[in-house]
Amino acid sequence: MATRKKKATSEHRVIGKALRKVDAVAKVTGATKFADDLALPRMLYCKLLRSPHPHARITAIDTTKARQLPGVKAVLTGQDLPIAFGILPVSQDEHALCPDTVRFVGDPVAAVAATSEETATAALDLIAVTYEPLAAIASAEQAVATPTPRIHDYGPAGNLHKLINLEFGDVDEGFAAADLIREDTLFFEGSTHLPMEQHAALAQYTADGKLTLWSSTQTPHYVHRALARVLELPAAKIRVIACPNGGGFGGKSDPFSHEIVVAKLAMVTGRPVKVTLTREEVFYCHRGRHPTLMWVKTGVKKDGAITAMHFKSLLDGGGYGSYGVASTYYTGALQTVTYHVPRYKFQGARAFTNKPPCGPKRGHGTPQPRFAVEVQLDKIAEQLKIDPAELRLRHLVPPNSVTANYLRVGSMGLGACIAKVVAGSGWKQKFRRLPTGQGVGLACSSYLSGAGLPIYWNNMPHSGVQLKCDRSGGVTVFCGSTDIGQGSDSILAYIVAEVLGVDPFHIAVVTADTDLTPVDLGSYSSRVTLMSGNAALQAAERARDILARHAAKKLEIPDERVVFADGRVFDAQDPGRGVAFAAAVQLAEAAEGTIGTVGSYTPPRSPGSYRGAGVGPSPAYSYSAAVAHVEVDPETGIVRVPTIWIAHDVGRSINAATVMGQVEGSVYMGLGEALMEEMAYRGDLKVMHKIPSLLEYKSPTTLEMCDVVTYLIEDPDPNGPFGAKEVGQGPLLPVMPAVANAVYDAVGVRVDEVPITPEKVLKALKRKAKGEEPRYGPTAFPEIDWPEPSRVPPPWEGGDGKEVEGGRGRSQATTGAERQH
Amino acid sequence: MLRLPSFTYLQPQTLADALRMKQDAGPQGAYVAGGTDLYPNMKRRHQEPRTVISLMGVRDLSGDGKWETGNVLRAGITLTALASDTSVRKHYAAVTTAAELVSTPLLRNMGTLGGNLCLDTRCNYYNQGYEWRKAIDFCMKKDGAICWVAPSSPRCWAVSSSDVAPVMVALGADYVLAGPQGERVVPAGRFYHNDGINYLTKQPDEILTAVRLPAPDGWDAVYHKLRRRGAFDFPVLGVAAWVKWGAGRGERGAVVQDARVVLGGVASYPQEVPEAGAALKGTTLSDDAIAAAAEAAYRPSKPMDNTDFELSWRKQMTQVYVKRALEELRTRRG
Amino acid sequence: MRFDLNGEPCDVTFAAHKTLLEVLREDLGLTGTKHGCELGECGTCTVLVDGTPVLSCLVLGLACEGRRVKTVEGMADGPRLHPLQDAFAELGAAQCGYCTPAFLLAAEALLAANPRPARDEIKQALAGNLCRCTGYIKIYEAVELAAARMRGEDAKPATESLYGHP
Repeated sequence: MATRKKKATSEHRVIGKALRKVDAVAKVTGATKFADDLALPRMLYCKLLRSPHPHARITAIDTTKARQLPGVKAVLTGQDLPIAFGILPVSQDEHALCPDTVRFVGDPVAAVAATSEETATAALDLIAVTYEPLAAIASAEQAVATPTPRIHDYGPAGNLHKLINLEFGDVDEGFAAADLIREDTLFFEGSTHLPMEQHAALAQYTADGKLTLWSSTQTPHYVHRALARVLELPAAKIRVIACPNGGGFGGKSDPFSHEIVVAKLAMVTGRPVKVTLTREEVFYCHRGRHPTLMWVKTGVKKDGAITAMHFKSLLDGGGYGSYGVASTYYTGALQTVTYHVPRYKFQGARAFTNKPPCGPKRGHGTPQPRFAVEVQLDKIAEQLKIDPAELRLRHLVPPNSVTANYLRVGSMGLGACIAKVVAGSGWKQKFRRLPTGQGVGLACSSYLSGAGLPIYWNNMPHSGVQLKCDRSGGVTVFCGSTDIGQGSDSILAYIVAEVLGVDPFHIAVVTADTDLTPVDLGSYSSRVTLMSGNAALQAAERARDILARHAAKKLEIPDERVVFADGRVFDAQDPGRGVAFAAAVQLAEAAEGTIGTVGSYTPPRSPGSYRGAGVGPSPAYSYSAAVAHVEVDPETGIVRVPTIWIAHDVGRSINAATVMGQVEGSVYMGLGEALMEEMAYRGDLKVMHKIPSLLEYKSPTTLEMCDVVTYLIEDPDPNGPFGAKEVGQGPLLPVMPAVANAVYDAVGVRVDEVPITPEKVLKALKRKAKGEEPRYGPTAFPEIDWPEPSRVPPPWEGGDGKEVEGGRGRSQATTGAERQH
Repeated sequence: MLRLPSFTYLQPQTLADALRMKQDAGPQGAYVAGGTDLYPNMKRRHQEPRTVISLMGVRDLSGDGKWETGNVLRAGITLTALASDTSVRKHYAAVTTAAELVSTPLLRNMGTLGGNLCLDTRCNYYNQGYEWRKAIDFCMKKDGAICWVAPSSPRCWAVSSSDVAPVMVALGADYVLAGPQGERVVPAGRFYHNDGINYLTKQPDEILTAVRLPAPDGWDAVYHKLRRRGAFDFPVLGVAAWVKWGAGRGERGAVVQDARVVLGGVASYPQEVPEAGAALKGTTLSDDAIAAAAEAAYRPSKPMDNTDFELSWRKQMTQVYVKRALEELRTRRG
Repeated sequence: MRFDLNGEPCDVTFAAHKTLLEVLREDLGLTGTKHGCELGECGTCTVLVDGTPVLSCLVLGLACEGRRVKTVEGMADGPRLHPLQDAFAELGAAQCGYCTPAFLLAAEALLAANPRPARDEIKQALAGNLCRCTGYIKIYEAVELAAARMRGEDAKPATESLYGHP
């Protein structure tokens, strides 16, 4: 059909425009109802009693006194919620309330529902818990060295949760062919999402056995599953409504203890129960960036062409699994999608420690290795005397190719991104030419537009949309996706509006309600625009086809000539001849009955099928390049960042203004991670969060935020709706390495660790002054007993995406085979 | 949501009423001005007064809207009003600087001069929620028996975190206190104790009503603040430097007749370093003199590991920041 | 207690220890005022008292007797958005929208005192409000756009704000 074009063109009336978001007015008037804004009659307030020990066995809990406090309606302990849960099927290791063991300071142990928050808080002090403390583990290195006591009784060994060993081609051969080999050890400190909205949840249970939960969650579908599992209720009797999230960034992607607890309390008391976490408790929910120690060995030819890369990562997972298995894979997955890596070996380990669990924070597992690779490339470029921008440009992964680890790259706009930031920043006039104390640094990155595989194994769509066309001309889009501020509700409206030729602000959007909306897996992995967008596109195109058929009949023209635009349905050859959109719906409804369509999206199959191939594939990869300008005070080590230039290949903007907002917001969060954000723990008294507060967790203010010069690169990807790829996470990634590289340009010291704090810079400067290695960073990666590697020959060595049984596989690399991709 | 414990709230209109209310309430009573220090502390159960007496309606403290009379600053002036007072800026620029560096614009709209001068000392082990403090078995500043910063120490090492106080000590200001026995005047330097718990010499019933500043008379002062972010953060180091110019005042070769260097954020009180001041006397603030003073300030600066940043770095920064403060004074000399 | 709430007299009864934040949200149902820490460490609960932006989590409700309190619910003129609200919506300065009411009110106070703020003055005025979504840039641009319109200028967003640099 002539009008069915996914590619964006100048004819588009909605796609690509900087329109307001459909919920903009609600947000600027304070009308948006976040979870804590909800209240129900007779509502009770819940508070959680949390562990004061990083690791201990619970030997007794006495709740008698708490139950006797006037106003207390129920007290729960681990015995009341014995079924384990967890976001990944392979790590169902959490309990809503710890039944026998606590694993970090802040682990929930008991819960109270009372008539007021004050009473519930007072009751916590009346619960007597007896603990038998166990030795606590403070770091991943300590976990490697300390197999007992085990924090969990599963995992490959001791306190290791996951070990990965993958080899794509013979890296030793690759290193042998290199002109230069570098080995670097780097560390990326943990950080947290810090959404301004503290998590909140409200549960209602009615006498007919129906449970409703409103929650600030990014993943209502997974919460729905967890509730059904733990509460042993039929899923059909549970309704989960994700309220608009007051910021998520990955921090509201797990099913949480407090959500299950208020549901249970509502069931026990028969009254609505609400919980609103304090800021301190939000730090205990965490699921943020894994502190990650990395070792990377890269061989290059004189021209910078990579011959092989060997990457090792050790992740500090905290007390529970969360998304950790996926996070670990992600620290090894995307090294290959930016610059051509012909042979690649990845060894990843995740350790359990007695700290709040780590999980998916913006960039999920990929900012750490990206930091390592981009900093190392900067060092390599210097050694090879090649401009770092030029080095990268020479060796880009070609579009429409498959990488050594079997990721299929579609559109690839990184070259254009680099060119933009190089030109815009005046890179060539500045790099290695600014006065001491001033510097510029460049780094690049890539990120997924949605994970290729779902979190739990199934072969159903990842996103579903239902569309209702009303005879009034109204259109309603139903989708399970959750707006966490990124504008996903608006994306649905824009796409449907574009296809049906109506005003996007005339479209009603109903989302994130398991009773009303078809499943969308959730707002994580930058999947929503691409996946729910494609589902919406399909539903809208199907509706358009129905309407076109009946309008064409009325207009006595072929279906192909029907155009939908400006709220009308008309003849492409004679635009004056047509009917109003509402009239078109009426024609169709009269002929066919109620007009409703559905759309679904399932990502394409990944070419890889080895164990572990499920993490990394995506329908499309976004690309970013950034140049940071820094000022370093050599007396204090304080780093200021006046400007960051950033270019992002978004494929195609659905709404340019929201894309800009995501880029700028990513730069902000990246800047915080680069300079000051840190999940700091005490190890002296107890392993516990140093200061879980908004004052002492340093989120940059207006006075630290840099100027951002943004370039949007539009290289449409055939897998994206109208060519769109992700933007919510990718632009964060180049910021940290760009800043680190710029610090080196400014004062000649390497801080191979984030955050790049004044103390570290000054220590490196002092070493430099003493003639020592001008560097601050880790020096060793611990010995880990890795399992036998899975050997998967890369595509250009005759591989088919499967592991080779035993041996070293078919090592028949030829330059001819390398050229074939 | 973190909430306040319940209490009785009183809003006296006069100083006499306020003092009487406090006497009636006894040790269970607390004065509050802007509330930006007390209320967060109450929410975390650091202080649990049964009666809270607001001073914001007391006209004697606010001077009826006329904030500045001669060299007297009323304690009830908000930090915003203080920072934007053109007369203060003209004659007491260091006070303006310190006031406008406190926390955030929002907090300065509420917090008062008196509140900042009486600010509770702070510590990473103390400024925590109740559950956190319970997990470490509390500390001696509230509910516990030990100082976790220096476990063998008999005293509390919480840190003086006021920005304005070091300036007042450096300037040699006098504080006017009203108490049940009447009014008394205390030099700023004697208002503070180097003890994290008993950090004020003020009696609990007394109210800091005003600050008398020395007349502008050939002296100058500056304040430099070190912290992670340009807003919100308390000082991890504050440097207030004051010099009295002698011969050749206002000229390049002017000689320092007297000088004071006061550090904030490194002890439980604004810590004057007499050796640093002495190193400047009789000098023209030459590079050598400044270096000597910076070195002198560095030595007794003993930050403890209870604020943001590593303490060794904070100690090193004493030298840098004292140097920079003195260099600014030299530049301002004209 | 009686006070002026968004231009209308308001009588409300509550416990003495409740903060203005709690009174607004819980006793008056005005949930447009948000909270992020309740300790004065984020600025999310900003409201105007007698035109001055303050942290409602650290103001007692009782301290507002007889005073003028303005919340985000009082910004629009009937169905017409305040120019700041309009500019925030137009530029996407509200992403998740949670900190937005606080930024709007802090910005309104700024523009009342300074109708033509420089970028640095905006940064200073908003330095007490944290936003984790936007990186503040769209917020600055929205404040500048609204300021221009409130001065009577026919201002439009810069193309590079909405579409990036060429």
